[in-house]
This record gives sequence, C-alpha cells and structure tokens, in this order.
Amino acid sequence: MNRGYTRADSALGFSALPGAAGRLVRVAVYTLIVFVFAGPLVAVIVGSVSRVPDPSGLSLIPTDFTLENFAAAIERDVLLYLLNSFIVVGGGLALQILVSVSAAYALARKKFPGMRLVLLLILSTMMLPEEILAIPLSLVLSDVPVVHVNLIGSLVGMIVPVGAWGFSILVMAEFMKEIPMELEEAARIDGAGDLRIFWSIVLPLCKPALGVIAIFGFTMIWDQYMLPLLVAQDASQFTLPLALRTLRHDEQVGTGALLAAALLAMLPSVLMFLAMQRQFVKGLTAGGVKG
Amino acid sequence: MRTAAAPPAHQTTEAAPRVGASPRRFTRNLRGHTVAWLFLTPALLLFLVFKFIPMIRGIEMSFHDVRPYLGDRWVGVDNYVRVLTDEAFLSAINHTVVLAVGQTVGSIALGFVLALLLEGTVGHLWFIRTAVFLPAIVTMAVITEVWRILYYPSPDGVVNGIIGWFGAGPSQFLNSPDTSLMSVMAVGIWRGAPYDMMIIIAGLAGVDRTLYEAADVDGATTRQRLWHVTLPALRPVFAILLTLAAIRGLRVFTEIFILTNGGPNGSTEVLMTLVYKLGLERNELGVAAAGSVVLLVATVVLTVAVQVWRAKGARR
Repeated sequence: MNRGYTRADSALGFSALPGAAGRLVRVAVYTLIVFVFAGPLVAVIVGSVSRVPDPSGLSLIPTDFTLENFAAAIERDVLLYLLNSFIVVGGGLALQILVSVSAAYALARKKFPGMRLVLLLILSTMMLPEEILAIPLSLVLSDVPVVHVNLIGSLVGMIVPVGAWGFSILVMAEFMKEIPMELEEAARIDGAGDLRIFWSIVLPLCKPALGVIAIFGFTMIWDQYMLPLLVAQDASQFTLPLALRTLRHDEQVGTGALLAAALLAMLPSVLMFLAMQRQFVKGLTAGGVKG
Repeated sequence: MRTAAAPPAHQTTEAAPRVGASPRRFTRNLRGHTVAWLFLTPALLLFLVFKFIPMIRGIEMSFHDVRPYLGDRWVGVDNYVRVLTDEAFLSAINHTVVLAVGQTVGSIALGFVLALLLEGTVGHLWFIRTAVFLPAIVTMAVITEVWRILYYPSPDGVVNGIIGWFGAGPSQFLNSPDTSLMSVMAVGIWRGAPYDMMIIIAGLAGVDRTLYEAADVDGATTRQRLWHVTLPALRPVFAILLTLAAIRGLRVFTEIFILTNGGPNGSTEVLMTLVYKLGLERNELGVAAAGSVVLLVATVVLTVAVQVWRAKGARR
C-alpha cells in the first residue's frame, strides 16, 4: 500500500491519510468537491437530453430521454450562432497566432533600439481589456482610422481586434529565446534570409509553445462577450455565447433549448482542454509570470 | 550546400572590432533593425488601432460633452465630478470594489484549500483536478445561465433544495437586493477557485520535499508545517495570483450583465454595467468615458502596486 507515498510528499499529507477511515474521509471529500464543481456542468449535459418542463429543473439523473431540445434549439438558429462562433474563433486564432509568432521572433531573436519600449507597450495592453475600452472602441469599430471602414455588424469586427494579444506574444517570445542562436547562425552562413530562418528553423522548434498559445487563444476568443456585444447589430451576427440569453425560454421545451445550446457552447472548449491539458497547465504559470 | 569555410565577414568579433569592419557591421545592424520592426508591424498596428487609439479617444471624450453630429463641447472635469459624486456611480464603485475584493480573496482561499486536498501525483487525483477545473474553462455565458437555473428562487430550485437539507432558505438569491451581490460573488469564486488551484498546485510541486521531512523530524504539527514551510514557499505564486486579480478584478461585466444586469434595484450595478448603459443605451458618452478612465486608472495603480510588492519580495 502507498508504496513510497508518504506524508512528506504533499503539504497537507491528505492524499496519504492512513487506514480505512482515512480512505473513507478521502472518498467523501473528493466526491463532494467533484459534485460542487463538475456537477452543474454535468447537469447541463444531462438536461440537454432530458425533458425539462420546469424552469428550476436541473438534475444529474437523466429523465425522459429526448432529442427535442436540440431540435428546438436548431429551429431557433443555434447552428447559425455556432457557425458564427467557429468563424470568429477560426479567423481570430489564425490571425492571433501569425501576429504572435512574428512579433515574438523580433523580440526574442533581434536586438534593436526601442525594444524595451515595445515590451512595455505590449505589457500595458494587458491593462486595456475590451470592457474598459468599450465605449471608444465601439466608435473606432464603426469608423476604423485611416481606412474608414465600418466593422459594426460584421464578424470581421470580432476577429481583427483579438488579432494581437500580449499574452501570446510574450509566451511565444519567452520560448523562442531558448532556441540556440548557433542554429540560426549556421543557416545564415548558408545564405538563408530572415523569412527562411523564421519559417523553417525557428517556427518548427516552437511547436510546444504553439500548442500553449493555441489553447489559450481559443478559450480567450471563445469566451469573448463584450466585443461581440459591441459589434453584433442583429441576431444574425450573434456568436453562440451571446445568443444564449435569447434562448432562456422556449414555448415547446422550456429551458431545454437553452441547455442544448449551452452544451454546444461549452463542448468545444472542454474538448480542446482535455486534448491539450499539458500545454494548458504550462501556460497557466507562464501567463501568471507575465501578468 | 554547406560550406566548410566560414566567409571572412564572419570573423569580425564583438570584442575586437577591426578597422574597416564597423561600417559593414553598421549596415548589418540597420538591416537587422528593419527586419525586427517589420516583424513587429502587424502586432503594433493592431494594438494601435484597437487598444491605444480607443484609450486616447476615451480620455479625450471624458473631458467633453460628446454630441454626435453637433461636435463635442469641452466641459473640463464635469464628467469626472459626476462620476465621483453621483449616487448611482458611487454605489456602482462600491459594488465593484466589494466584488473584486471578495472574489479575489475567496478564490485564492478556496483555491488554496482545494490545492492542499488535491495535491499529489496519484492517477485519480489528476482525474479529480481535471473535473474541478472545468468551470474555469467553460465560457462565462454558459456558467451564468446554469447558475441562473441553480439559483431559481422557488423552494424547488436546486440550491434552495440543498440548503433546505440544513434547514436554511428558501432564499431569493439573485432576485432580492439583500442577497444578489453575494450570489454573484459566489459564482465568481466558484469559477475562479479552480483556476487559482491549478496555479497553486504548480507552486506546491516546487516546494522542497526535504523541508517537509525536516519539519516532521522536528515534530511540527500540520498547521505549523503549512504556516512555516508551505506558505512562505508559495509567496511568488500568490504574487502571480494577485497580479492577475489586479488586472481582472475591477472590470467585471459579463457575469453581472447576464445574471442580473445590475438589478434588482441597482443592488448589483458595477462600474462597467453602468458605463455600458450610459454609453450605449442612453448615449451619455462623455460621462461613460469618464467612468471607464476612472476604472483604467484604478487598474493601473493596483497593478503597479502589486508589482512593487512583488519586486520587494523578490529582493528579500
């Protein structure tokens, strides 16, 4: 039992409580924790395939299996909202990754005057979230400086503003610094230019960090609320999270339509997380260091 | 393609620049700088247009009576006076601070307890941690809609059912001005604690195991061990968590907007929901901008304060 696993292996020694009583306490505590934190989300899954006529009804036990909730949700354009969400997250993430790796290359592999200022500017953008900028941002979006395009009422308006994200750039730059310069110098001697070095030497070595910024970028964009709220002009531009509010009650299936839509809104990020958990945990601590 | 002999230009070393080599190095540097700025251009352009220009316009608007088509009128600090004296703004500021402090402290405390209980390398712990972390990964819109149902204010609501077992309730939760702010805070803590837990667990893994063994040999109680070994070792982790909280704490919007939209009776109105209503529903852009600037200044001050505290700790 508990080979080599002793009280000194963790701060509390809780996972090494001895004896049958210890085991019982452990199981009880773990069950309670999982019930409190995962229970409500499991209830969404269960509720989305159950008949839920009562607006207070949420249960962990499936009752009356049905797919009607999904049918009702689809009737109310949930697939369109889902498509909008995928367009925004796909476009936004592609742009964000490109912008991040390119900026990180300059910050990590080059020395140039003004670098500290650029770093400071990037850090300061983290104190400027969409919420705080909402009012002037909506004006800028309705008439983008210089090009004078109106992005209100277009999904592009939800994609372009998330294109540059300080967190991604800094995580990427931190990682790129670790790649030995010798590799780059050897290629330079062979006559490779910056674009080639960037594309075929630095980038392929950055795969682990690409995973980190991909999963964080995905959740960040999927979780956007203020930006779609500012940009969407009518329901046809709603993303799925934004549309949930409009689905609270349905004549036929009550809260069922909402639960079905909620399931669709949480599934992509949950699956992404389960698939890339290792990268996620890595990014958590990296992100904290950078603020 | 590889050439064995290095070209002569490469022999220039940093330590001993030879006569005649520096102009060449100058042009090489210049090319390097241009390349760097080119690679930075997309990011800087996007930041300029969607972060810095809005910030500057927001500050500008906050000193004006903004009147579309009529032209803006300079009003000095009138908008700020209104933000800092108006009853609705003062109560919103109050709610924002209570919520930010409550959620930060609550999430870190609960996250710490969870981390202590779920620290370890056994397989089933990994599974439990994953399950617990789900609230932090699911989009806020889903979280809040689920909690609206859980908080259903009739006796057969889920949370009312559970507190009923202990003889409490039924509570109105989001529907009563007495309980609404606490109910919102609880959702924030529920979502924030797993996130903090993950970061704290990463910190706990780095605590030197021999210190625990030494504490055991010295006969320290669990509480002494936590207080004298674990907590001091976690100081950098708490600095990270406070940095994140300083940046995120004050701008709370989405959960309020969905859960209560500031109600009932203004009991959960925070700065951002009020700014949103004034700016985008009642078109009082100048006052709304002033509210945002106040929030921005508070965020910056808080962030800098945490960084200073952190730097002090690092030097010690």
